[in-house]
Amino acid sequence: MNGVHDMGGMHGMGPIQPEHDEPVFHAHWEGRVFAMVRAMGAWGKWNIDASRHQRELIPPAEYLRMSYYEKWLAGLLELMVKNGLLTRAEIATGRASPTAPPKAQPALPAEKVAPFTAKGSPANRATRGAPLFRQGDAIRTRNINPVGHTRLPRYARAKRGVIDRVHGTFVFPDTNASFQGENPQPLYSVRFGARELWGEQAADRDCVYIDLWESYLEHCDANNNTS
Amino acid sequence: MSDHDHDDGDHQQAPPSDLALRVAALESLLVEKGLVDPAALDALVDTYEHRIGPRNGAKVVARAWVDPAYKTRLLNDATAAIAELGFGGLQGEHMVAVENTPQVHNLVVCTLCSCYPLPILGLPPVWYKSAPYRSRAVLDPRGVLEELGLTLAPETEIRVWDSTAEIRYLVVPERPAGTEHLSEDQLAELVTRDSMIGAARATPPKPKPKDPA
Repeated sequence: MNGVHDMGGMHGMGPIQPEHDEPVFHAHWEGRVFAMVRAMGAWGKWNIDASRHQRELIPPAEYLRMSYYEKWLAGLLELMVKNGLLTRAEIATGRASPTAPPKAQPALPAEKVAPFTAKGSPANRATRGAPLFRQGDAIRTRNINPVGHTRLPRYARAKRGVIDRVHGTFVFPDTNASFQGENPQPLYSVRFGARELWGEQAADRDCVYIDLWESYLEHCDANNNTS
Repeated sequence: MSDHDHDDGDHQQAPPSDLALRVAALESLLVEKGLVDPAALDALVDTYEHRIGPRNGAKVVARAWVDPAYKTRLLNDATAAIAELGFGGLQGEHMVAVENTPQVHNLVVCTLCSCYPLPILGLPPVWYKSAPYRSRAVLDPRGVLEELGLTLAPETEIRVWDSTAEIRYLVVPERPAGTEHLSEDQLAELVTRDSMIGAARATPPKPKPKDPA
């Protein structure tokens, strides 16, 4: 979706404000939100792409106003309600509904935190068939504007680039976020010249590398003399 | 809401008390329903406050500085090389390492959200997740680095890595001059979090105490 989360290339967001000796969490509640997002994710009712998309759906003015973990909290609440783990009435009252199912066993007990963190959730999948592009191939990104989740940033649509490396086959976020399947695809690191993205104001030798899935890309005829 | 609003809205040091109360109420509700184990939440917070952080990444970089064979493995297959030192897992399942040289400077950003290599750097700082950095790092990396206190030579090639997938990036900063006498552990102390994002250089070594003033 063409949301305000897709920030690459925007102006007017103000100065960068590094903080000396920054704490990991700025308040107790931030750590609890972080941990609840991880612990609730362990129920397997949604996935990382759906979780990211839920935060993108925060209305733009709210998205820009909220602190980072406020956005995480807002996204978590929506995901829990949508997936039947909580009701809005329960959130409002802070009490389990009298008609709620019997008390559950947490999906992520304390003793599983260390193995869960150490193992992670790899997003690569078995490769089926050869990737369409090879290192050095000239490509052009498609000009797509899906209303749902995508990882092709607006600033990199309809731009020419070169395949820098082939990462392997990875879960496709655009369909996974809406529970329409993992549809694994080849994933590439694509190099774009800064001038292709930003015009003459950019330095000639600078570049931006973006990880892009195969269906975002098409062969670029104009530069096809590399093969 | 808070008594000081910054431009990006992400620098909140005094959250509204109702937010803290809402989070506490949510946690007790989830515990009441058996959906979360409060001890698991404690363990998750403790993991990122005390166990996983940029000291992990600093060990990787220091090893790469002293061991050329390790550096080659790191640049060829970062996930495996980082696992050699015992690091990996959640949000670092697929790693790529990129090396800064006198000619090339690498900088990492996530323009779409906040992707960051957790197992080696811990949780990202607020500025990395903020709108000012996410918006301008790809558009004006030289200006962004100046703003962060790092001035590059005009002829340096800047490579910005936008973390749009589940690949996580580690920048291997240049080893500072005058560090030939330092041990691997001493070198690791020069490797800052920001230098592994590409937002700073590694810290220069302290002058030897015997040097005349």
